[in-house]
Amino acid sequence: MQAIFWKEVKSYFYSPIAYVLIGMFTLISSIMFWPNLVAGYGDFNGNLGSMGYILIFLVPILTMRILSEDRKNGTEVLLLTSPIKLSNVVIGKYLAALFVFLIMIFISFLYPIILVIFGSSITPQLVGGYVGLILLGASFIAVGIFASSITENQVIAAVIGFVALLVIWLADGIGSMVGGVAAKILYWFSLLSRYEDFNNGILSLSALVYYISFISVFLFVTIMIIERRRWSQR
Amino acid sequence: MIEILDLTKNYGHVVGVKNLNFTVEKGEVLGFLGPNGAGKTTTMNIITGYMPSTKGTVKVCGYDIMEQPTEVKKRIGYLPEQPPIYMDMTVLDYLNFVGELKKVDKKIKKSQLDDIMELVKITDVRKRMIKNLSKGYKQRVGLAQALIGKPEVLVLDEPTVGLDPKQIIEIRKLIKALGKDHTIILSSHILTEVSAVCERVVIIHKGEIAAIDTPENLSKSFGTMSKMSITISGPKNSVVNSIKEIYGVKYVEASVEKEKDIITYIVESDKDLDVRKPIFFAMAKAGYPIMELKSLGMSLEDIFLQVVTEDKEVV
Repeated sequence: MQAIFWKEVKSYFYSPIAYVLIGMFTLISSIMFWPNLVAGYGDFNGNLGSMGYILIFLVPILTMRILSEDRKNGTEVLLLTSPIKLSNVVIGKYLAALFVFLIMIFISFLYPIILVIFGSSITPQLVGGYVGLILLGASFIAVGIFASSITENQVIAAVIGFVALLVIWLADGIGSMVGGVAAKILYWFSLLSRYEDFNNGILSLSALVYYISFISVFLFVTIMIIERRRWSQR
Repeated sequence: MIEILDLTKNYGHVVGVKNLNFTVEKGEVLGFLGPNGAGKTTTMNIITGYMPSTKGTVKVCGYDIMEQPTEVKKRIGYLPEQPPIYMDMTVLDYLNFVGELKKVDKKIKKSQLDDIMELVKITDVRKRMIKNLSKGYKQRVGLAQALIGKPEVLVLDEPTVGLDPKQIIEIRKLIKALGKDHTIILSSHILTEVSAVCERVVIIHKGEIAAIDTPENLSKSFGTMSKMSITISGPKNSVVNSIKEIYGVKYVEASVEKEKDIITYIVESDKDLDVRKPIFFAMAKAGYPIMELKSLGMSLEDIFLQVVTEDKEVV
């Protein structure tokens, strides 16, 4: 698992992809931070919500190649014929993407630090919002990895990941429109409704468990998909 | 060392391989020969645990690939047809990564990698990006990958495909050297390669085993004719006629005219009858000097074609 993790982290940073993504994230969140500075507005939780929105676009790009590339280049053979468990491969790769994401988040600590310097204070809402954002991103990455496992084309993986995340993002809205059983199912996938608790400064255990289960389920399904393909491949 | 019992793989309704049975002894170099699409890669993918079989068992060093896959994978080094290399890594980084994947002890890893790089002659490119290497070097990096962790068994799928002749000879030499302390299964559709490197050959055709034997025995059992080329100085028609009259000669054909009236003929005869002497006396009597006489053994290529076409006729 460690071997996979470090290899993936290195390949993120040897290629431009990590820099581009971190750069884009920082650029957009800086633009969104601008009004806070100009208006002297001390509340940062709105920004955190918007960052979640940016992640819908960035996470699929972060994860698109992580499994599809191995399949396309034939390196999947190496991973599957090495004395290492498939679950370790998938988790190692997941953690590597998570690591890059955490770097983005770490850089974004600058904004609240600036606000604190100008007299704002660290509120429970701010801490909760960050915890929620990290869990939200971690869940998005699990969805992205799942998307990457079902195709060997990176672009298709990114598009599938993006659409899936968009549906999850809008799950509440779509659910209230369609109603019935579909609404209930959509509500299961609604990462956002759980996020609200965090944003209000509540560290809710049930929401925490929900996110962790969400991540586990998507990683498990990813493993199953690769395993199933081994059994039925052309 | 490797036991393959009743191995079958279906892809939906398409048969990949069907009821394969063979064993590979410790220290043996086994050639896996067949036309493209015969099931060579499928078999290798199953042996290495990349792909499960539909039916049948594969045992490597006594471990069943389905029951104890990790034990088997520890003992096999696999070079697939397309080397499983990461283009955006340096050779050394890549081999280090594979070393970690294969759980090579950290203390011995560096010296082991150095030895392997020395063996496959990639030491001087170790700091270069793999994507910038030539095809031959990429293949060697792939081979180095298979050697990491000192596996007892090496499975090499078309190791020389796409290389230039000089590289082919080098890789073959290397495989021969590795054969001294490894059990090797090697696939190829190039016959000279198999006869040059392997001690035993499995000919596979349409997913089934068509023949298993040493290259020499295959030549013996499949060749019912012996073939020779004779260069004789004399008029073509009368030479052909007088050779045809000799008992045991089945077939004569003039192939190349080197100078005027010096012609090379291909003669096929019954295997048990030596027609060289009668031909010599007949030609001497007719006053046509023999300039050259060479017996052409049945090559593996002939056998292969024979096996493959025989099968076609049955189907």
